[in-house]
Amino acid sequence: MSNRILAATRKGLFTIERTGQGKSGWSITKTSFLAEHVIMTLPDHRDGSWYASLYHGHFGSKLHRTVDKGETWQEIAVPAYPKQPEGQVQKDMWGRVIEWKLDRIWALEAGGGDESGVLWCGTLPGGLFRSSDHGTSWNLVESLWNDPRRQEWMGGGADLPGIHSVCVDPRNARHITIGVSCGGVWVTNDGGVTWECRGEGIWSAYTPPDQKENPNVQDVHRVVQCPSNPDALWAQHHNGIFRTTDGSATWQDVSNLKSLSPTSFGFAVAVHPKDANTAWFVPGVKDEHRLPPDGKVVVARTRDGGQTYDILRNGLPQDHAYDLTYRHGLDIDASGNRLAFGSTTGSIWVTEDQGDSWQAISEHLPPIYCVRFAD
Amino acid sequence: MPQVVFTDNIQRHVPCPPVEVAGTTVREVLDAVFAANERARGYVLDEHGAVRKHMVIFIDGTMIRDRMTLTDPVTPSSEIYVMQALSGG
Repeated sequence: MSNRILAATRKGLFTIERTGQGKSGWSITKTSFLAEHVIMTLPDHRDGSWYASLYHGHFGSKLHRTVDKGETWQEIAVPAYPKQPEGQVQKDMWGRVIEWKLDRIWALEAGGGDESGVLWCGTLPGGLFRSSDHGTSWNLVESLWNDPRRQEWMGGGADLPGIHSVCVDPRNARHITIGVSCGGVWVTNDGGVTWECRGEGIWSAYTPPDQKENPNVQDVHRVVQCPSNPDALWAQHHNGIFRTTDGSATWQDVSNLKSLSPTSFGFAVAVHPKDANTAWFVPGVKDEHRLPPDGKVVVARTRDGGQTYDILRNGLPQDHAYDLTYRHGLDIDASGNRLAFGSTTGSIWVTEDQGDSWQAISEHLPPIYCVRFAD
Repeated sequence: MPQVVFTDNIQRHVPCPPVEVAGTTVREVLDAVFAANERARGYVLDEHGAVRKHMVIFIDGTMIRDRMTLTDPVTPSSEIYVMQALSGG
């Protein structure tokens, strides 16, 4: 079981450890980049290093790496877009120009277990980058960026489209699934040489009827893959929850509104590492509301592949709570017993019994963007 | 030689002391500065060498016009200030 959590927030990166002290038994033990906008963190379980992505309003996006658990950090390279071909202008569906420039890092994942130093980075405005040297240098995956269908992507909640999920198949690191807001689910089986947009079964409630099943307009908020059964993936979508058990060939709508009541909207999803039928979600009231239903923070858990859901609330605030959990704000450890999630109002909770009971680690952190278990 | 002064706020990320370097355009001057302080380049300019969206550069009190290729002229007595734009928050 993991005894350490990293929380990336609007005002710094916090290391949280299971010290056995305090009500929750977990304590904040280190603060890095205090006052800085840390929007993503990656604990690389292959070598124990950690990465942090900072988003400076004026100075751009930066990446830092530590090999000593946050004692010291080294700034490393950030992905850089190539120069746009002379005379070429790309616009989104609203006619706004999409510049070939890094806006921000939205996904950071380790490559395969046998690929030391390989990292994948999803960005706004939609470029996927690969590093083979621990982030010392980055290369744009040009096959995806130059795919004309990429220009059909659009922002979802942000002005620019972005890649927020990168799932590397533990069986075969050349098999990669990514999630795009808004651009659906894309899969490569050859390490990024060729790509397919896969989304049969996923549908949208926010497009004209003839676009409802267009896989390239789907606003998947987050995609996660079951490590022990990589053909099973879960997607928290803008208008529901979808699941595939055949490696994204087909998806099933498992938004069981009766047991999820009142909402299947949300951003975050976590799947049990050893049981693909078990997954967790943090529901919110849909679209522009983006609040916990009835001011009560709850977690939805299914153990039967989305046929039914338990609504978990033991230890979570049930009175005038307005915490929203972003797409990277929920994580599960390798044991499958411990989960943690953080909120926009600076609360972070942990469970050690798969969500039956929760403990608040802190309710006073800055807005939390990303929560991840670390070694 | 032209003098280049950086905003205080950049200093906590990457030290950028005032410096005098040769050059006849903003591009030449900044290239000379960043040749000796490469990490600072990405804090002021984007990956294509343009001034970052929320940064501004003044030459003798006047904001530069060419933010893309930095061709605004600089004299040997110029003072160049690299500052944050309020638009960046």
